[in-house]
Amino acid sequence: MELPLFRHNRPDRVVTFDEYREEGGFEALKKAFSGMSPDDVQQTVMDSGLRGRGGAGFATGRKWSFVPRDLPGPRWLICNCDEMEPGTYKDRVLLEHNPYSLIEGMTLACYALGVRHAFIFIRKGYEQAAANLARGIEEAKKAGLLGEHILGSEHAIELDLHLSAGRYICGEETALINALEGKRPNPRSKPPFPAVKGLWQGPTVVNNVETLANVPAIIANGAAWFKGLALNPEGAGSKLFCVSGSVKNRACVELPIGTTLGDIIDGACGGMRDGKKFKACIPGGASTQFLKPEHWTLPMDYDTVAKAGSRLGSGGVIVFDEGHCLVEATLNLINFFARESCGWCTPCREGLPYVKEILTRIENGRGEEDDITILREHVKYLNYTFCALAPGAMAPLDGLLRDFEDEVREHIVKKRCPLK
Amino acid sequence: MIPETLKTSLEARVASAITPREAAVDVMKELQTHYGWLTDEAVGEAAVLLGLSPLQVEELATFYEMIYRRPVGKKVIHVCDSISCWCADCDTIIQYLKDKLGVGLGGTTADGVFTLIPCCCMGMCGDSPAMSVGGVPYGKLTPELVDKILEAERNNG
Ligand code: SF4
Ligand code: FES
Repeated sequence: MELPLFRHNRPDRVVTFDEYREEGGFEALKKAFSGMSPDDVQQTVMDSGLRGRGGAGFATGRKWSFVPRDLPGPRWLICNCDEMEPGTYKDRVLLEHNPYSLIEGMTLACYALGVRHAFIFIRKGYEQAAANLARGIEEAKKAGLLGEHILGSEHAIELDLHLSAGRYICGEETALINALEGKRPNPRSKPPFPAVKGLWQGPTVVNNVETLANVPAIIANGAAWFKGLALNPEGAGSKLFCVSGSVKNRACVELPIGTTLGDIIDGACGGMRDGKKFKACIPGGASTQFLKPEHWTLPMDYDTVAKAGSRLGSGGVIVFDEGHCLVEATLNLINFFARESCGWCTPCREGLPYVKEILTRIENGRGEEDDITILREHVKYLNYTFCALAPGAMAPLDGLLRDFEDEVREHIVKKRCPLK
Repeated sequence: MIPETLKTSLEARVASAITPREAAVDVMKELQTHYGWLTDEAVGEAAVLLGLSPLQVEELATFYEMIYRRPVGKKVIHVCDSISCWCADCDTIIQYLKDKLGVGLGGTTADGVFTLIPCCCMGMCGDSPAMSVGGVPYGKLTPELVDKILEAERNNG
């Protein structure tokens, strides 16, 4: 079955506007504008079972439905392309090959939500993606698919790029809103939720690149078709899995939701590198728990992975082999979160460096039995922070203590890293 | 003092923004390109352009990874030390860069060409280990490739 996201990709270059259109691009927009009401579009997305591909996995149609219909004044849509989660590089790959699905998806979302002005918040470092988008927006405008009088109608939709200057917390939706407004990007307290009071106090929807890029195919082919793409009834659609670490071919691949972990690694990625044995992986970017060899046949969909004690997250699968020390791997992840903490609240600002210090000690053979208890306490208490960064940071540590406590203890008892 | 042309174009950017401070990151980035880093003078100029206090600009400038509030070399090397690059042995590459350039992390080479800074994931995990030099991304680094890149980057401006 043809999967929607990479359908237009050329092996080594970005697809052109004409190629995209010849292959059915912008047909969904025409379909929506010529016979579907905004409510119809929203309902189709709701029925399709599409869930946010940024990491949280919240139902997209439901998120859209939280925007009050009758508030006066402008409302906003923001595409979150601030991809900075270690191990996650799907938005980059998607946009470097094809900016048009996102542009069309955003236009459809704007139509459904009654938005006239939308932003693409794009991180520093994604200059190629930004250039592709800027060109695509101009082409769409010239062709009457964006801007004033879209397809001859009364609808006007503006798409603007906002180039950031790099900071992980800008991916958190309320921090992103502050960043876009030109304020210091600390997260805001919720409620009010952005759907009611977001950008410049107006109703705002923030969606990930991959989420919005799915919308044209959903509108063109219908909700049932999208649902049917998944390999299991719990899932819907396809997913971009970006695999890195100990596999033969590290690649960003589009696969049906529900593809098993083993099929991703052995099938799409050609198996483990250098004949190494699979030890563990993090399935959804830096803030997810480890999966183990027993999860090899686990279908990768949001609910099933959650039941297995982890999260599908962003789909950034980081694979570790028997030669990798998972204490050091966790230390690396904590280092990332400690550095990227916005510093707003004390548990996160002070707690993460402390966790880092303890893990460093353990890795260097100076750990003590008590340290495991102290780490466990941090896993517990860093759940109570202002935003989800610190709890996210605790997920791999929690997994380490849950699944690899023996490996941690071995460091302490032997007074060295057993793998070095 | 920034040249009139730059000032006019920045004023136009601010005027086209929905609120002036929406343009803050763009303004800081442009001024940084002009001065090489975001100097105290640039902070003052950004404040005037954006209608903010210098402290408010400072608050923003110090938040972002790609805004430099200290002098840097002509090209900043951001080398990724996050998890996928760690799996691909970025530690060896980082050590190699330090030795080769004769600087520690955060340091600038004696000739003022390169500043070496570790960074978080740059979305090149599939091609790890990765770095960017003056904004140009490079992946699948080996010591030999690092040599070639540094030489080419040193020679082109
Ligand atoms: S949890 Fe961390 S990132 Fe989130 S608000 Fe607190 S300090 Fe900032
Ligand atoms: S972890 Fe280094 S580029 Fe993603």
